[in-house]
Amino acid sequence: MEQNCIKKMTGSKIVIQTLIEQGVTDVFGYPGGQVLSIYDELYKAQDSIRHILTAHEQGAAHGADGYSRVTGKVGVVIATSGPGATNLVTGIATAMLDSIPMVAITGNVPSSMIGKDGFQEVNITGVTLPITKHNYFVSDVTELADIIREAFQIAKSGRPGPVLIDIPKDVQMAECEFVSKEMVTPFPAEEANESCIEEAVRLIHQSKRPYLYIGGGAAGAGMTEAIMEFAEKIDGFIGCSLMGLSTLPNSYPRFLGMQGMHGRYASSMAKKEADLIIGIGVRFSDRATGNVKKYAVDAKIIQLDADLSEINKNVKVDVGIVGDLVSSFSEISNRCRKKKRPQWNALVEKLKQKEMQIGEETEKNSEGIMTPKKIFDVMNRKKDENTVIVTDVGQHQMWTAQYVHFERARRFATSGGLGTMGYGLGAAIGAQIASKETTVLVTGDGSFGMNLNELATAVSYQLPIVIVLMNNGVLGMVRQWQTLFYEKRYSNTVLNRKTDFVKLADAFGAKGKRVQTIEEFEMAFEEAMKYDGPFLIDTVIDMDELVLPMLPPGGSIDEVIVSKEQEDEE
Amino acid sequence: MKRFVIAVYVENKYGVLARVSGMFMRRGFNINSLTVGETDDPNYSRITVTINGDEYAREQLINQLKKLHNVKQVKLLENEITVERELMLIKVKTTPENRSEVMAATEIYRAKIIDYNTNTMCVEVTGEPSKINAFIEVMKPLGIVEMCRTGVVALERGISMMEK
Repeated sequence: MEQNCIKKMTGSKIVIQTLIEQGVTDVFGYPGGQVLSIYDELYKAQDSIRHILTAHEQGAAHGADGYSRVTGKVGVVIATSGPGATNLVTGIATAMLDSIPMVAITGNVPSSMIGKDGFQEVNITGVTLPITKHNYFVSDVTELADIIREAFQIAKSGRPGPVLIDIPKDVQMAECEFVSKEMVTPFPAEEANESCIEEAVRLIHQSKRPYLYIGGGAAGAGMTEAIMEFAEKIDGFIGCSLMGLSTLPNSYPRFLGMQGMHGRYASSMAKKEADLIIGIGVRFSDRATGNVKKYAVDAKIIQLDADLSEINKNVKVDVGIVGDLVSSFSEISNRCRKKKRPQWNALVEKLKQKEMQIGEETEKNSEGIMTPKKIFDVMNRKKDENTVIVTDVGQHQMWTAQYVHFERARRFATSGGLGTMGYGLGAAIGAQIASKETTVLVTGDGSFGMNLNELATAVSYQLPIVIVLMNNGVLGMVRQWQTLFYEKRYSNTVLNRKTDFVKLADAFGAKGKRVQTIEEFEMAFEEAMKYDGPFLIDTVIDMDELVLPMLPPGGSIDEVIVSKEQEDEE
Repeated sequence: MKRFVIAVYVENKYGVLARVSGMFMRRGFNINSLTVGETDDPNYSRITVTINGDEYAREQLINQLKKLHNVKQVKLLENEITVERELMLIKVKTTPENRSEVMAATEIYRAKIIDYNTNTMCVEVTGEPSKINAFIEVMKPLGIVEMCRTGVVALERGISMMEK
């Protein structure tokens, strides 16, 4: 290498220089004793890297996650040793379960103190072993730069995920030579198996009722156009998992929306009627399949995934194709003949009509009530295609998945796999910073209560985040299960708290409004979308609202509950 | 349920055994035995795992192993073309009356006495797990003081090898 590029640097400076080299412009984090020298270098490099200081390390981890979901870049979070590191755990696990690329950097006590249980020491590599794609304990400063590079490479290769790097304080202080390198590119993917591609094409040609089932893998790989082109060619329909939302425009008629436990009627039923399911970057999770023994028994299944262990993991498939999704999918698509399937179209049309009919009937019974559906209708009208939607976890999350119209890719962030209540506000902060667009956080009074401290962050950075807090005074989703499966014994799901969310927003320096009717909501939402800072709308809804349709856990699609009336009859 | 033997080449790095065994735990695999040791190349270790399970468990185990960053190669060792060995050290109580029985068994099993005193004898047995089991059965009535087994190591017959 060129001699003049070689400089001696401390480990801390190497951390920052390597981050810059890897294209990092924003990091989330919280300082502390064992990362002081890294923060000192951040201070000196503030023209190149912006550090977002959150109220809690969990918020920082969710921030890095939200940032990544919107940009596709690797999210970066920094925390100190001990409690700083353990506070990241839920955020890292959330990223792991949703395959979000993230690099978490933690400080630790000096090498000589490792294992002595000194102040704020925790074995974070041990703690995060099962919730990271890989992790590192750096024992030698000369390995530091390459470890960070490899961490980025692992995070974004194949099926993405979080990687943690634990750096003891003495390694941060030690010096060595540093030579800048190029930004890493992902490891080359496995070549898709030729005979599997052939077999997939054969099954597609044979199929009368093909259904594409897309997930987070497709969302992350940017496959919008490729999927639409293919659907046109084979005259098929598309449904998705929660993680697959915001991949296809909701206005696209072949896209039926989310399927599964709380999926939209037409999408779930079309999947049931299909004779061929083509899964793209989706893990056939229990929320999507119900009872696997009764799942798609008459249909053939093709599964495309970047991760070989996903093939046959949850559902036995007829053809599994491992490798880069974009190239294996286009390989299949190119070999498929154009074919019309009018009967399948007619059948799906009927299902769509039934879905509309169910919707209209529900609507009829809701006059004068601010139903979730009406709230999202307003939101859809008032937001634009760039608006980022973030959710917490629970009923509001499922309503968002069912009702929000996405028109662009990467405009949705939600904790799908881990189902992390408290994810939303931190993620919304990250998503807003990444997209620079007005961001709407849909949350509930339960979820919001978990990490509302991040309001302080949103105010500090004056981020235009509209918080639609669907306030029903209960833990709605758990209560819904109690309603349906525990004979209405509402054990610990009625919150009955006296929190005044408007005053709370005010105390944090944010704006707040409480609304009780849909007209009030519309006015408040309009105002909030124009407001230059966080704006909380305390939206009062009825505690007995249910998320429907609902497929009972472990049940099959034949047992789907579509209306409250149906439930009352039973 | 069938017994499988799987060989794994791993980088000889910090925490690699914890990564492998931790994955078994979190995915709910029930391991019969696991051995690990350095190879001719000190940068790599070879792990031999035996597991009882069905086709599904076997496929998942291999695929999940392949995902670990420090794992470089995974191979299912087919029964018919694999040689397996295990080593056991076993200490038995001896009396003037049974001493000759221990020595006879040792002879028949082609084992080795590696320690001898007035009260106990320590025997080294190598062989397939079934042979080791049989030897234990023979020693049981005499009184086993303590014993330890290494778990299985295995290689394929012939020229075939695992690439690192």
